[in-house]
Amino acid sequence: MRAPITDLPVMFDSVTVRAGATTIIDRLTLTLASGSPTFVVGPNGAGKSTLLRLCMGLARPTEGQMTWGGRTDPKPTRRALVFQRPVMLRRTASANVAYGLTHADYPREKVAARTVELLERVGLSELAMRPARRLSGGEQQRLALARALARDPELLLLDEPTASLDPAATRSVEEIVRAAAQSGIKIVMASHDLGQVRRLAGEVVFMLRGAVLERTLADDFLKNPSTPEAAAFVRGDLVV
Amino acid sequence: MLDGLNAWQLISSGDAALFAIVKLSLAVSLSAVVLAACIGLPLGAILALTSFPGRSAVVVLVNAFMGLPPVVVGLAVFLLLSRSGPLGDLGILFTPTAMIVAQALLIVPIIAALTRQTIEDLWIEYRDELSAMDVGPFGRVTTLLWDARLSLLTALLAGFGRAAAEVGAVMIVGGNIDGFTRTMTTAIALETSKGNLPLALGLGIVLVAIVLAINAAAWGARVWSERQAG
Ligand SMILES: Nc1ncnc2c1ncn2[C@@H]1O[C@H](COP(=O)(O)OP(=O)(O)OP(=O)(O)O)[C@@H](O)[C@H]1O
Ligand SMILES: [Mg+2]
Repeated sequence: MRAPITDLPVMFDSVTVRAGATTIIDRLTLTLASGSPTFVVGPNGAGKSTLLRLCMGLARPTEGQMTWGGRTDPKPTRRALVFQRPVMLRRTASANVAYGLTHADYPREKVAARTVELLERVGLSELAMRPARRLSGGEQQRLALARALARDPELLLLDEPTASLDPAATRSVEEIVRAAAQSGIKIVMASHDLGQVRRLAGEVVFMLRGAVLERTLADDFLKNPSTPEAAAFVRGDLVV
Repeated sequence: MLDGLNAWQLISSGDAALFAIVKLSLAVSLSAVVLAACIGLPLGAILALTSFPGRSAVVVLVNAFMGLPPVVVGLAVFLLLSRSGPLGDLGILFTPTAMIVAQALLIVPIIAALTRQTIEDLWIEYRDELSAMDVGPFGRVTTLLWDARLSLLTALLAGFGRAAAEVGAVMIVGGNIDGFTRTMTTAIALETSKGNLPLALGLGIVLVAIVLAINAAAWGARVWSERQAG
Protein backbone atom coordinates (compact mmCIF):
# COMPACT_ATOMS: atom_id res chain seq x y z
CA MET A 1 0.00 0.00 0.00
CA ARG A 2 0.93 3.59 -0.55
CA ALA A 3 2.41 5.44 2.40
CA PRO A 4 0.09 8.17 3.72
CA ILE A 5 2.11 10.91 2.05
CA THR A 6 0.36 14.11 1.10
CA ASP A 7 1.32 16.54 -1.65
CA LEU A 8 -0.69 19.39 -0.13
CA PRO A 9 -0.20 22.21 0.47
CA VAL A 10 1.92 23.19 -2.53
CA MET A 11 3.97 26.22 -1.53
CA PHE A 12 5.78 28.64 -3.83
CA ASP A 13 8.32 30.77 -2.03
CA SER A 14 9.48 33.63 -4.21
CA VAL A 15 9.80 31.38 -7.25
CA THR A 16 11.35 32.74 -10.43
CA VAL A 17 11.62 30.83 -13.70
CA ARG A 18 13.79 32.13 -16.50
CA ALA A 19 14.45 30.77 -19.96
CA GLY A 20 17.53 32.55 -21.18
CA ALA A 21 16.89 36.27 -20.84
CA THR A 22 13.09 36.02 -20.52
CA THR A 23 11.47 35.80 -17.12
CA ILE A 24 8.49 33.46 -17.34
CA ILE A 25 7.58 33.45 -13.65
CA ASP A 26 8.54 36.46 -11.58
CA ARG A 27 9.09 36.07 -7.78
CA LEU A 28 5.85 34.21 -7.25
CA THR A 29 4.73 33.36 -3.72
CA LEU A 30 1.61 31.27 -3.42
CA THR A 31 0.11 28.50 -1.30
CA LEU A 32 -2.34 26.00 -2.71
CA ALA A 33 -4.11 24.03 -0.01
CA SER A 34 -7.13 21.76 -0.06
CA GLY A 35 -10.50 23.43 -0.53
CA SER A 36 -12.70 24.69 -3.33
CA PRO A 37 -11.40 24.81 -6.93
CA THR A 38 -8.73 27.41 -7.67
CA PHE A 39 -8.86 28.94 -11.13
CA VAL A 40 -5.70 30.37 -12.62
CA VAL A 41 -6.77 33.01 -15.12
CA GLY A 42 -4.92 35.49 -17.25
CA PRO A 43 -4.24 36.32 -20.88
CA ASN A 44 -2.13 34.18 -23.24
CA GLY A 45 1.47 33.99 -22.14
CA ALA A 46 0.72 35.06 -18.56
CA GLY A 47 2.46 31.94 -17.24
CA LYS A 48 -0.53 29.75 -16.36
CA SER A 49 0.82 26.58 -17.94
CA THR A 50 4.23 27.20 -16.40
CA LEU A 51 2.62 27.58 -12.98
CA LEU A 52 0.88 24.21 -13.40
CA ARG A 53 4.10 22.59 -14.61
CA LEU A 54 5.85 23.93 -11.51
CA CYS A 55 3.09 22.47 -9.33
CA MET A 56 3.59 19.13 -11.02
CA GLY A 57 7.36 19.27 -10.64
CA LEU A 58 7.92 19.21 -14.41
CA ALA A 59 9.47 22.67 -14.39
CA ARG A 60 11.98 23.66 -11.74
CA PRO A 61 12.43 27.13 -10.25
CA THR A 62 15.47 29.05 -11.42
CA GLU A 63 15.34 30.83 -8.05
CA GLY A 64 13.22 30.34 -4.97
CA GLN A 65 11.83 27.29 -3.20
CA MET A 66 8.89 24.96 -3.61
CA THR A 67 7.51 22.37 -1.22
CA TRP A 68 4.81 19.72 -1.51
CA GLY A 69 3.25 18.77 1.81
CA GLY A 70 6.40 20.19 3.36
CA ARG A 71 8.74 18.06 1.24
CA THR A 72 11.18 19.49 -1.30
CA ASP A 73 11.15 16.28 -3.37
CA PRO A 74 8.92 16.90 -6.41
CA LYS A 75 8.02 13.22 -6.99
CA PRO A 76 4.35 13.35 -8.13
CA THR A 77 2.86 11.00 -5.55
CA ARG A 78 -0.68 12.22 -5.18
CA ARG A 79 -1.09 14.69 -8.00
CA ALA A 80 -1.94 14.54 -11.68
CA LEU A 81 -1.89 16.98 -14.59
CA VAL A 82 -4.06 17.10 -17.66
CA PHE A 83 -2.02 18.97 -20.25
CA GLN A 84 -3.28 21.72 -22.52
CA ARG A 85 -2.72 19.25 -25.36
CA PRO A 86 -2.84 15.75 -23.84
CA VAL A 87 -0.79 13.05 -25.53
CA MET A 88 -2.51 9.71 -25.95
CA LEU A 89 -0.43 6.55 -25.89
CA ARG A 90 -0.65 4.48 -29.07
CA ARG A 91 -3.03 2.04 -27.44
CA THR A 92 -6.73 1.66 -26.87
CA ALA A 93 -8.65 4.11 -24.67
CA SER A 94 -8.94 1.41 -22.05
CA ALA A 95 -5.21 0.61 -22.17
CA ASN A 96 -4.41 4.30 -21.62
CA VAL A 97 -6.36 4.31 -18.36
CA ALA A 98 -4.92 0.96 -17.28
CA TYR A 99 -1.44 2.37 -17.94
CA GLY A 100 -2.12 5.27 -15.56
CA LEU A 101 -3.36 2.87 -12.90
CA THR A 102 -0.39 0.53 -13.23
CA HIS A 103 2.08 3.38 -12.90
CA ALA A 104 0.28 4.65 -9.81
CA ASP A 105 0.93 1.23 -8.20
CA TYR A 106 -2.72 0.29 -8.28
CA PRO A 107 -3.15 -3.38 -7.24
CA ARG A 108 -2.65 -5.37 -10.42
CA GLU A 109 -5.65 -7.65 -10.01
CA LYS A 110 -8.01 -4.68 -9.66
CA VAL A 111 -6.77 -2.66 -12.63
CA ALA A 112 -9.29 -4.06 -15.13
CA ALA A 113 -12.32 -3.37 -12.94
CA ARG A 114 -11.11 0.12 -12.00
CA THR A 115 -10.47 0.92 -15.68
CA VAL A 116 -14.09 0.12 -16.47
CA GLU A 117 -15.24 2.36 -13.60
CA LEU A 118 -13.10 5.29 -14.67
CA LEU A 119 -14.17 5.07 -18.32
CA GLU A 120 -17.75 5.05 -17.20
CA ARG A 121 -17.13 8.05 -14.96
CA VAL A 122 -16.01 10.09 -17.99
CA GLY A 123 -18.68 8.62 -20.27
CA LEU A 124 -16.37 6.68 -22.58
CA SER A 125 -17.49 3.13 -21.87
CA GLU A 126 -18.63 2.57 -25.43
CA LEU A 127 -15.28 3.69 -26.83
CA ALA A 128 -13.11 1.61 -24.50
CA MET A 129 -11.56 -0.50 -27.26
CA ARG A 130 -11.00 2.35 -29.73
CA PRO A 131 -7.43 3.41 -30.42
CA ALA A 132 -7.05 6.47 -28.18
CA ARG A 133 -5.56 8.60 -30.93
CA ARG A 134 -8.64 8.08 -33.09
CA LEU A 135 -10.90 9.73 -30.51
CA SER A 136 -12.19 13.25 -31.08
CA GLY A 137 -10.65 16.19 -29.23
CA GLY A 138 -13.38 16.21 -26.60
CA GLU A 139 -13.18 12.46 -26.11
CA GLN A 140 -9.39 12.64 -25.76
CA GLN A 141 -9.77 15.39 -23.17
CA ARG A 142 -12.13 13.18 -21.16
CA LEU A 143 -9.84 10.19 -21.55
CA ALA A 144 -6.95 12.32 -20.27
CA LEU A 145 -9.13 13.16 -17.27
CA ALA A 146 -9.82 9.48 -16.62
CA ARG A 147 -6.11 8.73 -16.87
CA ALA A 148 -5.33 11.54 -14.43
CA LEU A 149 -8.02 10.34 -12.01
CA ALA A 150 -6.44 6.90 -12.23
CA ARG A 151 -3.58 8.31 -10.17
CA ASP A 152 -6.04 8.78 -7.29
CA PRO A 153 -4.84 12.38 -6.95
CA GLU A 154 -5.53 14.70 -4.08
CA LEU A 155 -4.40 17.55 -6.32
CA LEU A 156 -5.68 17.59 -9.91
CA LEU A 157 -4.09 20.17 -12.22
CA LEU A 158 -6.02 21.00 -15.37
CA ASP A 159 -4.60 23.15 -18.15
CA GLU A 160 -7.47 24.68 -20.13
CA PRO A 161 -9.23 21.33 -20.55
CA THR A 162 -12.12 22.85 -22.48
CA ALA A 163 -10.26 25.36 -24.66
CA SER A 164 -11.07 23.70 -27.97
CA LEU A 165 -14.32 21.94 -27.12
CA ASP A 166 -17.88 22.65 -28.18
CA PRO A 167 -20.49 23.59 -25.53
CA ALA A 168 -21.75 20.03 -25.03
CA ALA A 169 -18.27 18.59 -24.60
CA THR A 170 -17.36 21.51 -22.33
CA ARG A 171 -20.37 20.78 -20.16
CA SER A 172 -19.46 17.11 -19.82
CA VAL A 173 -15.86 17.95 -18.85
CA GLU A 174 -17.15 20.50 -16.33
CA GLU A 175 -19.42 17.85 -14.82
CA ILE A 176 -16.48 15.49 -14.33
CA VAL A 177 -14.43 18.28 -12.74
CA ARG A 178 -17.30 19.27 -10.46
CA ALA A 179 -17.75 15.65 -9.34
CA ALA A 180 -14.02 15.31 -8.70
CA ALA A 181 -14.05 18.50 -6.61
CA GLN A 182 -17.01 17.24 -4.62
CA SER A 183 -15.21 14.00 -3.90
CA GLY A 184 -12.54 16.03 -2.12
CA ILE A 185 -9.92 16.41 -4.86
CA LYS A 186 -8.29 19.82 -4.91
CA ILE A 187 -8.72 21.29 -8.40
CA VAL A 188 -6.30 23.86 -9.83
CA MET A 189 -7.40 24.80 -13.30
CA ALA A 190 -6.08 27.25 -15.87
CA SER A 191 -8.74 28.93 -17.94
CA HIS A 192 -9.61 32.16 -19.62
CA ASP A 193 -13.29 31.40 -19.84
CA LEU A 194 -15.03 33.69 -17.35
CA GLY A 195 -18.29 31.76 -17.69
CA GLN A 196 -16.44 28.71 -16.49
CA VAL A 197 -14.99 30.67 -13.58
CA ARG A 198 -18.56 31.62 -12.61
CA ARG A 199 -19.73 28.01 -12.88
CA LEU A 200 -16.89 26.15 -11.17
CA ALA A 201 -14.39 28.33 -9.36
CA GLY A 202 -14.15 28.85 -5.63
CA GLU A 203 -11.30 31.29 -5.87
CA VAL A 204 -9.32 32.97 -8.63
CA VAL A 205 -5.60 33.52 -9.03
CA PHE A 206 -5.16 36.25 -11.64
CA MET A 207 -1.82 36.15 -13.44
CA LEU A 208 -0.15 38.63 -15.70
CA ARG A 209 3.38 38.54 -17.06
CA GLY A 210 4.50 35.77 -14.74
CA ALA A 211 3.22 37.32 -11.52
CA VAL A 212 0.10 36.88 -9.41
CA LEU A 213 -1.72 40.21 -9.38
CA GLU A 214 -4.73 39.19 -7.44
CA ARG A 215 -6.10 36.25 -5.48
CA THR A 216 -9.76 36.49 -4.43
CA LEU A 217 -13.01 34.59 -4.18
CA ALA A 218 -14.45 33.97 -7.62
CA ASP A 219 -17.50 36.17 -6.99
CA ASP A 220 -15.40 39.12 -5.91
CA PHE A 221 -13.09 38.69 -8.88
CA LEU A 222 -16.00 38.80 -11.31
CA LYS A 223 -17.93 41.62 -9.59
CA ASN A 224 -15.29 43.98 -8.30
CA PRO A 225 -11.74 43.09 -9.19
CA SER A 226 -9.27 45.13 -7.18
CA THR A 227 -6.58 45.79 -9.78
CA PRO A 228 -7.19 47.78 -12.99
CA GLU A 229 -5.60 44.94 -15.00
CA ALA A 230 -8.04 42.38 -13.61
CA ALA A 231 -10.93 44.80 -14.15
CA ALA A 232 -9.91 45.19 -17.78
CA PHE A 233 -9.60 41.40 -18.15
CA VAL A 234 -13.08 40.86 -16.70
CA ARG A 235 -14.53 43.55 -18.99
CA GLY A 236 -13.00 41.69 -21.91
CA ASP A 237 -10.53 44.42 -22.81
CA LEU A 238 -7.10 43.50 -24.09
CA VAL A 239 -4.63 43.20 -21.23
CA VAL A 240 -0.93 43.41 -21.96
CA MET B 1 14.23 -18.31 -72.23
CA LEU B 2 14.98 -21.98 -71.79
CA ASP B 3 16.93 -21.17 -68.64
CA GLY B 4 13.86 -19.48 -67.25
CA LEU B 5 11.75 -22.53 -67.97
CA ASN B 6 14.25 -24.86 -66.34
CA ALA B 7 14.45 -22.54 -63.33
CA TRP B 8 10.70 -22.72 -62.93
CA GLN B 9 10.80 -26.52 -63.16
CA LEU B 10 13.38 -26.65 -60.37
CA ILE B 11 11.15 -24.57 -58.12
CA SER B 12 7.85 -26.25 -58.92
CA SER B 13 9.25 -29.76 -58.66
CA GLY B 14 10.55 -28.92 -55.19
CA ASP B 15 14.19 -29.60 -56.07
CA ALA B 16 15.81 -30.87 -52.86
CA ALA B 17 19.17 -29.15 -53.32
CA LEU B 18 17.49 -25.85 -54.11
CA PHE B 19 15.24 -25.98 -51.07
CA ALA B 20 18.04 -27.00 -48.72
CA ILE B 21 19.85 -23.86 -49.76
CA VAL B 22 16.73 -21.75 -49.28
CA LYS B 23 16.18 -23.21 -45.82
CA LEU B 24 19.72 -22.52 -44.68
CA SER B 25 19.61 -18.96 -46.00
CA LEU B 26 16.40 -18.24 -44.16
CA ALA B 27 17.64 -19.82 -40.94
CA VAL B 28 20.86 -17.79 -41.04
CA SER B 29 19.29 -14.43 -41.91
CA LEU B 30 16.38 -14.76 -39.49
CA SER B 31 18.71 -15.79 -36.66
CA ALA B 32 20.93 -12.84 -37.53
CA VAL B 33 17.93 -10.48 -37.30
CA VAL B 34 16.93 -11.89 -33.90
CA LEU B 35 20.48 -11.57 -32.59
CA ALA B 36 20.90 -8.09 -34.03
CA ALA B 37 17.54 -7.01 -32.58
CA CYS B 38 18.64 -8.12 -29.11
CA ILE B 39 21.59 -5.75 -29.41
CA GLY B 40 20.28 -3.03 -31.72
CA LEU B 41 16.92 -2.28 -30.07
CA PRO B 42 18.27 -1.64 -26.54
CA LEU B 43 21.34 0.12 -27.94
CA GLY B 44 19.19 2.46 -30.03
CA ALA B 45 16.83 3.11 -27.11
CA ILE B 46 19.71 3.88 -24.74
CA LEU B 47 21.28 6.23 -27.30
CA ALA B 48 17.93 7.99 -27.64
CA LEU B 49 17.29 8.42 -23.92
CA THR B 50 20.66 9.11 -22.37
CA SER B 51 23.25 11.79 -22.70
CA PHE B 52 26.90 11.17 -22.00
CA PRO B 53 30.10 12.72 -23.25
CA GLY B 54 30.82 11.43 -26.75
CA ARG B 55 27.20 10.55 -27.47
CA SER B 56 27.15 12.53 -30.72
CA ALA B 57 30.25 10.68 -31.89
CA VAL B 58 28.59 7.33 -31.17
CA VAL B 59 25.44 8.43 -33.04
CA VAL B 60 27.46 9.50 -36.08
CA LEU B 61 29.43 6.26 -35.96
CA VAL B 62 26.30 4.09 -35.77
CA ASN B 63 24.74 6.02 -38.66
CA ALA B 64 27.91 5.65 -40.72
CA PHE B 65 28.09 1.90 -40.01
CA MET B 66 24.68 1.44 -41.62
CA GLY B 67 26.51 1.43 -44.93
CA LEU B 68 29.33 -0.96 -43.98
CA PRO B 69 30.43 -3.07 -46.97
CA PRO B 70 29.55 -6.72 -46.22
CA VAL B 71 32.96 -7.96 -47.37
CA VAL B 72 34.64 -5.75 -44.78
CA VAL B 73 32.43 -7.09 -42.01
CA GLY B 74 33.12 -10.60 -43.33
CA LEU B 75 36.84 -9.95 -43.26
CA ALA B 76 36.72 -8.58 -39.70
CA VAL B 77 34.76 -11.61 -38.46
CA PHE B 78 37.08 -13.90 -40.40
CA LEU B 79 40.11 -12.41 -38.66
CA LEU B 80 38.40 -12.77 -35.28
CA LEU B 81 37.41 -16.39 -35.84
CA SER B 82 40.34 -17.73 -37.82
CA ARG B 83 42.57 -20.31 -36.13
CA SER B 84 45.11 -17.65 -35.04
CA GLY B 85 42.49 -15.01 -34.23
CA PRO B 86 41.36 -14.00 -30.71
CA LEU B 87 38.22 -16.17 -30.95
CA GLY B 88 39.83 -18.92 -33.01
CA ASP B 89 39.43 -21.47 -30.20
CA LEU B 90 35.66 -21.44 -30.71
CA GLY B 91 36.25 -23.27 -33.99
CA ILE B 92 33.17 -21.83 -35.64
CA LEU B 93 34.72 -20.40 -38.78
CA PHE B 94 33.08 -21.84 -41.93
CA THR B 95 29.94 -22.80 -40.01
CA PRO B 96 26.43 -21.30 -40.13
CA THR B 97 27.07 -19.84 -36.66
CA ALA B 98 29.86 -17.67 -38.04
CA MET B 99 27.54 -16.55 -40.83
CA ILE B 100 24.88 -15.55 -38.31
CA VAL B 101 27.44 -13.54 -36.32
CA ALA B 102 28.69 -11.76 -39.44
CA GLN B 103 25.22 -10.87 -40.70
CA ALA B 104 24.13 -9.76 -37.24
CA LEU B 105 27.13 -7.41 -37.00
CA LEU B 106 26.28 -6.08 -40.44
CA ILE B 107 22.73 -5.11 -39.48
CA VAL B 108 23.10 -4.06 -35.82
CA PRO B 109 23.90 -0.49 -36.96
CA ILE B 110 20.80 -0.37 -39.17
CA ILE B 111 18.51 -1.50 -36.38
CA ALA B 112 20.22 0.66 -33.74
CA ALA B 113 20.17 3.80 -35.89
CA LEU B 114 16.54 3.47 -36.92
CA THR B 115 15.55 2.62 -33.34
CA ARG B 116 17.37 5.65 -31.97
CA GLN B 117 15.65 8.00 -34.40
CA THR B 118 12.22 6.51 -33.76
CA ILE B 119 12.53 6.42 -29.97
CA GLU B 120 13.99 9.91 -29.82
CA ASP B 121 11.04 11.37 -31.74
CA LEU B 122 8.52 9.49 -29.64
CA TRP B 123 10.26 10.52 -26.42
CA ILE B 124 9.89 14.21 -27.33
CA GLU B 125 6.18 13.59 -27.67
CA TYR B 126 5.76 11.42 -24.54
CA ARG B 127 8.25 13.03 -22.19
CA ASP B 128 5.93 15.32 -20.18
CA GLU B 129 3.09 12.84 -20.07
CA LEU B 130 5.28 9.98 -18.81
CA SER B 131 7.01 12.22 -16.26
CA ALA B 132 3.61 13.35 -14.99
CA MET B 133 2.65 9.70 -14.56
CA ASP B 134 5.87 9.11 -12.63
CA VAL B 135 7.14 6.44 -15.04
CA GLY B 136 10.66 5.29 -14.15
CA PRO B 137 13.58 4.70 -16.56
CA PHE B 138 12.78 1.04 -17.18
CA GLY B 139 9.10 1.79 -17.76
CA ARG B 140 10.02 4.56 -20.18
CA VAL B 141 12.14 2.25 -22.33
CA THR B 142 9.53 -0.49 -22.46
CA THR B 143 6.69 1.98 -23.11
CA LEU B 144 8.56 3.66 -25.94
CA LEU B 145 9.66 0.38 -27.53
CA TRP B 146 6.11 -0.95 -27.37
CA ASP B 147 4.44 2.18 -28.68
CA ALA B 148 6.99 2.44 -31.48
CA ARG B 149 6.52 -1.21 -32.40
CA LEU B 150 5.24 -0.53 -35.90
CA SER B 151 8.22 1.60 -36.88
CA LEU B 152 10.60 -0.81 -35.18
CA LEU B 153 9.15 -3.69 -37.19
CA THR B 154 10.10 -1.74 -40.29
CA ALA B 155 13.62 -1.37 -38.92
CA LEU B 156 13.87 -5.13 -38.39
CA LEU B 157 12.65 -5.72 -41.92
CA ALA B 158 15.25 -3.38 -43.33
CA GLY B 159 17.80 -5.43 -41.41
CA PHE B 160 16.43 -8.70 -42.75
CA GLY B 161 16.45 -7.40 -46.31
CA ARG B 162 20.07 -6.42 -46.05
CA ALA B 163 21.10 -9.70 -44.40
CA ALA B 164 19.26 -11.85 -46.92
CA ALA B 165 20.66 -9.96 -49.89
CA GLU B 166 24.35 -9.74 -48.97
CA VAL B 167 26.95 -12.07 -50.43
CA GLY B 168 30.33 -10.87 -49.21
CA ALA B 169 30.12 -11.60 -45.49
CA VAL B 170 28.64 -15.10 -45.69
CA MET B 171 30.98 -16.00 -48.54
CA ILE B 172 34.08 -15.10 -46.49
CA VAL B 173 33.10 -16.56 -43.11
CA GLY B 174 30.94 -19.42 -44.41
CA GLY B 175 33.13 -20.55 -47.25
CA ASN B 176 30.20 -21.51 -49.51
CA ILE B 177 30.51 -25.20 -48.61
CA ASP B 178 28.02 -27.30 -50.54
CA GLY B 179 25.21 -28.58 -48.35
CA PHE B 180 26.57 -26.86 -45.22
CA THR B 181 27.17 -23.14 -45.61
CA ARG B 182 25.88 -22.46 -49.10
CA THR B 183 23.21 -19.76 -49.12
CA MET B 184 21.03 -18.42 -51.89
CA THR B 185 23.29 -15.47 -52.62
CA THR B 186 26.57 -17.39 -52.58
CA ALA B 187 25.02 -20.15 -54.66
CA ILE B 188 23.74 -17.65 -57.21
CA ALA B 189 27.21 -16.15 -57.51
CA LEU B 190 28.81 -19.60 -57.90
CA GLU B 191 26.25 -21.14 -60.27
CA THR B 192 26.28 -18.06 -62.48
CA SER B 193 30.06 -18.25 -62.82
CA LYS B 194 29.79 -21.97 -63.60
CA GLY B 195 27.17 -21.27 -66.25
CA ASN B 196 24.38 -23.15 -64.43
CA LEU B 197 21.89 -20.42 -65.11
CA PRO B 198 18.66 -22.34 -64.34
CA LEU B 199 19.67 -22.98 -60.74
CA ALA B 200 21.00 -19.43 -60.31
CA LEU B 201 17.82 -17.98 -61.74
CA GLY B 202 15.62 -20.29 -59.70
CA LEU B 203 17.36 -19.20 -56.50
CA GLY B 204 17.09 -15.57 -57.54
CA ILE B 205 13.35 -15.91 -58.04
CA VAL B 206 12.90 -17.61 -54.65
CA LEU B 207 15.00 -14.94 -52.93
CA VAL B 208 12.93 -12.11 -54.36
CA ALA B 209 9.71 -13.98 -53.54
CA ILE B 210 10.74 -14.45 -49.92
CA VAL B 211 11.64 -10.79 -49.47
CA LEU B 212 8.29 -9.84 -51.02
CA ALA B 213 6.34 -12.28 -48.86
CA ILE B 214 7.96 -11.09 -45.64
CA ASN B 215 7.32 -7.46 -46.51
CA ALA B 216 3.71 -8.24 -47.39
CA ALA B 217 3.25 -10.03 -44.07
CA ALA B 218 4.76 -7.09 -42.21
CA TRP B 219 2.51 -4.71 -44.09
CA GLY B 220 -0.49 -6.79 -43.10
CA ALA B 221 0.64 -6.80 -39.47
CA ARG B 222 1.04 -3.04 -39.62
CA VAL B 223 -2.41 -2.41 -41.03
CA TRP B 224 -3.91 -4.80 -38.51
CA SER B 225 -2.23 -3.29 -35.46
CA GLU B 226 -2.87 0.27 -36.64
CA ARG B 227 -6.51 -0.65 -36.61
CA GLN B 228 -6.04 -2.05 -33.10
CA ALA B 229 -4.10 0.77 -31.52
CA GLY B 230 -3.78 3.77 -33.80
N1 LIG C 1 10.95 26.97 -22.65
C1 LIG C 1 10.62 28.26 -22.85
N2 LIG C 1 11.52 29.11 -23.37
C2 LIG C 1 11.21 30.42 -23.57
N3 LIG C 1 10.03 30.95 -23.28
C3 LIG C 1 9.10 30.14 -22.77
C4 LIG C 1 9.32 28.78 -22.52
N4 LIG C 1 8.20 28.23 -22.01
C5 LIG C 1 7.32 29.22 -21.93
N5 LIG C 1 7.84 30.39 -22.39
C6 LIG C 1 7.17 31.68 -22.43
O1 LIG C 1 6.68 31.96 -21.14
C7 LIG C 1 5.44 32.63 -21.23
C8 LIG C 1 4.40 31.93 -20.40
O2 LIG C 1 4.07 30.71 -21.02
P1 LIG C 1 2.85 29.80 -20.54
O3 LIG C 1 2.75 28.68 -21.48
O4 LIG C 1 3.04 29.50 -19.10
O5 LIG C 1 1.63 30.81 -20.72
P2 LIG C 1 0.07 30.55 -20.56
O6 LIG C 1 -0.43 31.53 -19.56
O7 LIG C 1 -0.18 29.12 -20.29
O8 LIG C 1 -0.48 30.95 -21.99
P3 LIG C 1 -1.70 30.34 -22.84
O9 LIG C 1 -2.94 30.99 -22.31
O10 LIG C 1 -1.43 30.79 -24.23
O11 LIG C 1 -1.69 28.86 -22.68
C9 LIG C 1 5.09 32.73 -22.70
O12 LIG C 1 5.41 34.03 -23.15
C10 LIG C 1 5.99 31.70 -23.35
O13 LIG C 1 6.34 32.09 -24.64
MG1 LIG D 1 -1.06 27.59 -21.35
